[in-house]
Amino acid sequence: MTLLVGAVAYDPKVVTIWSGFRSWLRARGLPTDFILYSNYERQVEDLIDGRIHAAWNSPLAWIRAARLAAARGQELTPLVMRDTDRDLKSVVVVRSDSRYKDLSDLKGETIAVGAVDSPQATLIPCSHLRAQGLRPGEDISVIRFDVGVGLHGDHIGGERDAARALIAGKVAAASMIDANHLLFGREGTLPAGSTRVLSQTGAYDHCNMTIAHGAPADQVHRFGDLLLSMSYTDPEVRPLFDLEGLTVWHKGRTSGYSLLDAAVTQSRFYDASGSITAENYDP
Amino acid sequence: MTQVLDLEEISFERGAHLLVQRALQGLNPGDELGVTGLAPDLVVHLDAWCRHAGHRIRRAERADPQDARAWVIRGRADLDRWSGAERSGGPKADEILRNPPLHWGLAARGSLVEPGGSELGFDLADRDCVWADIAPSLYASAASAQWDPATAVAWDAEAGLPDEIERAVVQVMTYLIENEMAALVIPSRLLARIHPHFREVLQLLAVQAADEARHVEIFTRRAQLKGCEMGTSAVGGRESLATLVNEPDFSLASFLLSVLGEGSFLNLLTFIDRNAPDPVTRQVARLARQDEARHVAFGVAHLQHQATVDTTLRTRLRAAVERRHDVLLDTAGLNQDVFDSLVTLAAGEWTPQAIGRGYDQVQKLRAEMDEGRQHRLIRLGFPADEAAEISALHTRNFM
Repeated sequence: MTLLVGAVAYDPKVVTIWSGFRSWLRARGLPTDFILYSNYERQVEDLIDGRIHAAWNSPLAWIRAARLAAARGQELTPLVMRDTDRDLKSVVVVRSDSRYKDLSDLKGETIAVGAVDSPQATLIPCSHLRAQGLRPGEDISVIRFDVGVGLHGDHIGGERDAARALIAGKVAAASMIDANHLLFGREGTLPAGSTRVLSQTGAYDHCNMTIAHGAPADQVHRFGDLLLSMSYTDPEVRPLFDLEGLTVWHKGRTSGYSLLDAAVTQSRFYDASGSITAENYDP
Repeated sequence: MTQVLDLEEISFERGAHLLVQRALQGLNPGDELGVTGLAPDLVVHLDAWCRHAGHRIRRAERADPQDARAWVIRGRADLDRWSGAERSGGPKADEILRNPPLHWGLAARGSLVEPGGSELGFDLADRDCVWADIAPSLYASAASAQWDPATAVAWDAEAGLPDEIERAVVQVMTYLIENEMAALVIPSRLLARIHPHFREVLQLLAVQAADEARHVEIFTRRAQLKGCEMGTSAVGGRESLATLVNEPDFSLASFLLSVLGEGSFLNLLTFIDRNAPDPVTRQVARLARQDEARHVAFGVAHLQHQATVDTTLRTRLRAAVERRHDVLLDTAGLNQDVFDSLVTLAAGEWTPQAIGRGYDQVQKLRAEMDEGRQHRLIRLGFPADEAAEISALHTRNFM
């Protein structure tokens, strides 16, 4: 049986990556194919309904898949994740010359965030604000930049637009993942030194390879072993790793999703059984 | 004592990673490097940078004994990337390899090449198919001998020719442009197929193509000097050139174009120089001839080199000439207008005696071309009688 893996086509490079992984896996005796989705919601639904065996899931897709499965009395496992998926942090950034010293100074101000479904630029930062006493929409206004809705923040456009709004003086603060704050500084979207980090969220994990309940155990086992054996020294693997942004696969873990799980509940993005309850969310 | 790197005021938005990378180079995977500095977001950005570079980070305790703000635990991705890398020969011409791998692609010769990547489709990737030891020095001489069409010719020189003589000049120029266009297209097509490892050959062919571009320019400019309409282009001439353009084998194309075709053109350009009715015509012929001599030299040298490693070469060369002759058997060859114009130029006036003299001169030109071809064929190792036979089969279109 061919192992079917779902992936979301948030960028044309996804075709290169998964074609490469497919060839590499097949050359090692594991019949594998991939199915590309335009958004994570349909991928998760197909995973739960057993139409695919595995899904390369965003952290938000993992949360939904886990809730949908739990509602059916099932438990999902994250098979592997990238080294770069662990212990990420997002930041709330202000202009360097602004008067804000800590988050509470943003009371009554406006913050730019990413797309409605971005864990790193919207859901987790808004939860972080709330935890610090700033209720989004009440104590602080939120302007969302809905680029690539349904891609769960994989599209960088929303974060870049939020950064631009900050530097243009349209908002007091902007939220983004730490790596993108560095990227925007280096590429000039945010001139070097023009902004500073006001606050940092707690650590959270990002994507994982979610395995469907009832997927063929032997093949899944072999799939995991092969992925974990991929080496950055392998000239065939390295360009794929560079595109996918990892240097080694690690075993999956569930311990890094509690911040996002809480954020999803607070924002009523999904309900406890995994149904979409977010307003104005139309992937 | 572990090392602590002080970045002072430099931030990761302004190149701090270079200093961290440099410090990490001296450490083994698993070793720790302390990092400190004054940039406000230093630790946030160090964390993000390390994650993507395959290193890990450990935040310093509040009172770090060595005043580090964070500790980088060195990873090994940068080492792994280059673990199977190899030098692509050496930069000097005597450091070329016989069969460079295709995945080296466009890498500079002698560079350290990361393994992997796609193979570029350079089908001429065997040293003995393309190389000649003389290529580097010919390239150097070609590069230094480049002239500027705008200033190398005295375009305003007196040239009040009778209309019929002017038309003969324009017809000859029209013919030269068509042939030089073939000589431009052929090396351009070939050089795009040669493995860039053989850099000097690509450079030489590129200059050769640039030479032809300038020839096309000066011949066009001479043709238009008096506002005359351009001359004719006959099917026979174009068919002859098409057999050159369509020759896929590097050595055979080089043989047919450079050794036989451009070799014959050396005599033709000398003839035009000698019989030019005006100084501009003389100068453009002379300038083009200088360059063509270099093209012929490379063609001969390349084939001499190849003959030493390929015993079947001469048989293949002969077969190529015979094949081309057979294809062109039913075509007219040289455009009659071109032939007549050459006679007119050599005659210089419209008296029966002058025309007779001119005709004899063109016949002499053909004999000189034949002699030159035989001489070059003998240099390639053909016996004299076979050289004469092959030369006789060369296209009547000269090129």
